Amino acid sequence: MEDPATAVPIRLTVNGEVVEHTVAVRQHLADFLRDVLGLTGTHLGCEHGVCGACTINLNGKPVRGCLVLAAQAHGCEVETIEGAGRHDAVQWLQREFHRRNAAQCGFCTPGMLITAADLVQHAGAPTREDIRDHLSGNFCRCTGYQSIVDAVEAVCAAKARGDLS
Amino acid sequence: MGAGHQGDRIRGRKLTLMKAPSFKYIRADSLDHALDLLADFGEDARVLAGGQSLLPVLNMRLAKPAVLIDINGIASLGGIESSADGLRIGALTRHCEVLASADVARVAPLLSEAMPHVAHPAIRNRGTFGGSLALADPAAEIPAICLALDAVFELRSKRGTRRVPAAEFFLDLYTTMLEPDEILVAAIIPVSDGPQRCAFEELARRRGDYAIVGTGARIRTAPDGSTTVRIAMFGVGSAPILARATARALENRPLDRAALDDAREMLNQDISPMDDIHMSAAAKRYLAGVQLDDVLRRLAA
Repeated sequence: MEDPATAVPIRLTVNGEVVEHTVAVRQHLADFLRDVLGLTGTHLGCEHGVCGACTINLNGKPVRGCLVLAAQAHGCEVETIEGAGRHDAVQWLQREFHRRNAAQCGFCTPGMLITAADLVQHAGAPTREDIRDHLSGNFCRCTGYQSIVDAVEAVCAAKARGDLS
Repeated sequence: MGAGHQGDRIRGRKLTLMKAPSFKYIRADSLDHALDLLADFGEDARVLAGGQSLLPVLNMRLAKPAVLIDINGIASLGGIESSADGLRIGALTRHCEVLASADVARVAPLLSEAMPHVAHPAIRNRGTFGGSLALADPAAEIPAICLALDAVFELRSKRGTRRVPAAEFFLDLYTTMLEPDEILVAAIIPVSDGPQRCAFEELARRRGDYAIVGTGARIRTAPDGSTTVRIAMFGVGSAPILARATARALENRPLDRAALDDAREMLNQDISPMDDIHMSAAAKRYLAGVQLDDVLRRLAA
């Protein structure tokens, strides 16, 4: 058992379900999601905030899962890629990523989709430069980004046409 | 939850993976509570604000604090207040809030111009204004911009409150005037005493990364026509730098080619770049001169 001084009970919502658990205070949220809840769609690359593979939504905003303690998620709403698929924006992005082979090895894809969906949902008509800026914190080592930017641009254009609610 | 609710096991394997060293975690429920804890634990404690620099340091075990005091629940430390005197940016204000603030754009346009360069969206959603100042990374935007804006920081401890000008606050690499029992609670940015113009440039390996070289400049014109110039540079020394000699070379004269050349001449007195993994000190010194010229030509335009 963990030392009570270094373990705390938390209660949070993960993908719409209430979760209660006692966590080691030094465990970061991405490890909690992966190792305790089995939600392995949240990937871990660098674990110091550089690569973006662990990006999840915390209270509706993308954050680095490796730079938030699980203990800090107490009382919060967490959404991982497993739950984000319910959003139209994510479904459209998945379709366009698939069409363009914008997910090659797939390691960056969950974080990329969460970050891109945030742009699709909140930006009006982003330019390619805006898209690259918004995705600047998510590394992809396969695609060279071109197909990813193409996919996000296509979804933003579809939204601007009114095809995507 | 699918595979969830199975305890600390996955694929039958008991998981004990832990990256950060062991520490005690205490949620402060008020500023007084946090200050009591800091008074008790002193140098054994670290304040956890946005955590976007502290957690990497812990994940890599570069620091081993005994106690983390989480101040994220202290509502009074957040938010931006605007008054006739200026802006008061609470320490817990997230970077995304500063970026989106119309008050900041009006009173401190230099800060608004710099904010998109502060990390990436997911980090801006979490990182805090006060955290960036207290960390004092010499390659970070916010400490340098506060120098250019003549900001004043409010430091609080159980012993009392003191106000320290930004120009005195940053001492050295990750070193500030903060005592172990103090919290930086707010930054106060005074309203410009006349029309101001500003310009900002940053060179980084990737948008949002820490700067290789960065420059923020501001010129204020008083009713009598006299000018005050502030030039802050980052990434070119062991602390954010207020380039005083460079700025003096530009005051109370037209920003013509001769003035810009004089300023570039003085720059070597103000900066002290170090070799790093990206490039040599000499290359940084050269790039700082080029960037200064770019920024000043924008100010003069």
